[in-house]
This record gives sequence, C-alpha cells and structure tokens, in this order.
Amino acid sequence: MSKLTLKTEGDTHVIVTRHFAAPPEAVYRAHLDPKIVQKWLLGPEGWTMPVCDLDARAGGKFRYEWKHETKGQGFHITGEFVELKPHSKIVHIERMFLPQQTPDNHIETRFEPDGSGTLMTMRMTLPDEATRAAMLSTGMEKGMENSYERLEKMIPVGGLRMETGK
Amino acid sequence: MQEVANLDAVFLAMADPTRRAILARLAKGEATVMELAEPFSMTQPAVSQHLKVLEGAGLVMSRVDGARRPRRLAPAGIDVMEQWLSMLRRGMEKSYDRLDAVLASMEVPKRKKGRRS
Repeated sequence: MSKLTLKTEGDTHVIVTRHFAAPPEAVYRAHLDPKIVQKWLLGPEGWTMPVCDLDARAGGKFRYEWKHETKGQGFHITGEFVELKPHSKIVHIERMFLPQQTPDNHIETRFEPDGSGTLMTMRMTLPDEATRAAMLSTGMEKGMENSYERLEKMIPVGGLRMETGK
Repeated sequence: MQEVANLDAVFLAMADPTRRAILARLAKGEATVMELAEPFSMTQPAVSQHLKVLEGAGLVMSRVDGARRPRRLAPAGIDVMEQWLSMLRRGMEKSYDRLDAVLASMEVPKRKKGRRS
C-alpha cells in the first residue's frame, strides 16, 4: 500500500514521488487551498494544524502551525511561493521552526497526468550537504516517531471527515 | 526518561552549523581532528570542542589507531539519520493517505452546488 518513494539524490536533494487517483487539477488544488491543506498535511497521527495561512500566488507567503494533542510543544513552517503553474507545478521555499530555525528548503513539486490519476514528484534542495545531513540527523523525529507509534495504537484512524467545502 | 535527555543532547549538538558540517563529513567516512579542522579553517582545539559535544550526544565515536584517533559516525548517529528518513517517509505516507480521502471526496461532489470558489 506504500505508494510513496523517498530517496536522496546527489549531495543536497531529497526526491519524493507519489501517485494519486485523482487528476492533476484536484491534486494541485489540494496543495493550495488552505481549507484543504489543513485536512491532510498532518503527518503522524495526533497532530493537527490549527493555523494554515496560505497566499497562493507567486511571492505569496504561507505559515503552517502544528499542534500535538498531548505533547505541549508544537512547531511551525513558514515559506514563500516562487512559482505557481496551475495544475502542473508549485515551486516554494520553506523553513521549519523547531523552535530553532532550519535552513531553507527549496521545493519543486510537479503534477503530471498518470493514467487516470496524477504522479507527483517533489524535489527538495537543501542549501548544502551539511544541511541535508543535519535534516537527516535531527533527533526530534525519533521522539515523534516513538509517540507516533504509541498513538497509533491508542487512536483509531479515520476520525477525520473529508469534505471539499463547508 | 533517558531518551528525553538523549534527545536534548542531540538537539544541542545539532544546533550548531559547524557540528552539522562535521557530522556530514563523517557520514562520508572517518576522519582525524586534523582532517576535520582543515576544510573549516578552524583550530584543532575548536574542532575537538565540537567533537566533544557530538560524542556526548552519542552521535560520534573515536578509535585508537597508533598515534591517530580517527572519529566516525556512531551507530546512534547513523540511526538518527535513518530514523529521520523513515519518519519523514511515514509522516508523508500518512499525509498523502489523508489526501487520497480528500481527493476522493473532491471528485464526487464536483457537480454539487457546495463547492468553494
């Protein structure tokens, strides 16, 4: 069921691919409509995104804030859109605050028709090899993974109802 | 709660760009203090200081080789790197599984009035 691939490339890239059973128009929109982003960009179970501000235009900024239902400390990401090509490409720059600020991550996301669905290819570019290594070494995720595994056992999946608008 | 303490040490170790660079260098293979100091144009004592922090966090270890004491990435250091990748992957898988559900609900009611502008 794991349709996602994630690999490193060269010294500074991380490449992610994923197929979706929906056309590029829908997948593209799901990445740029804050009401929709808020419903799915949540990572491991237990996290919510109480703040999702997103100005979907070139030069527009976004800010996502995550909170964990039991852990006190959340984290946030800020970023800017560099280029938006409707239904096929999103280029943006983002950085995390853990609360320490991480170096900028330059991300190009492409959406291509793939059968009746969409192939998404995300190419992350970190400023240098050291930064990618730092990302790869961040200890936080270990803790998150642990709590995620715990939570997974405690909380039934599927509590979220997905609707386009309300 | 040893894990928590460990986590703090890892955070502290990773907070410094030089230490991150040292870790990146060691990810390629072991190196002596002298070899580590060179590309950063740092004194060896300064590098040693950073190494002490990294070793304290369990990310780096050393071995004795005659007069040399080459450092290398500790299993814990490799572990956190792999953990991160696996965490990132699993976090993304979760997100995209949710997105699948969102997309499915976007497709069906397409013709209904309730769409957002």
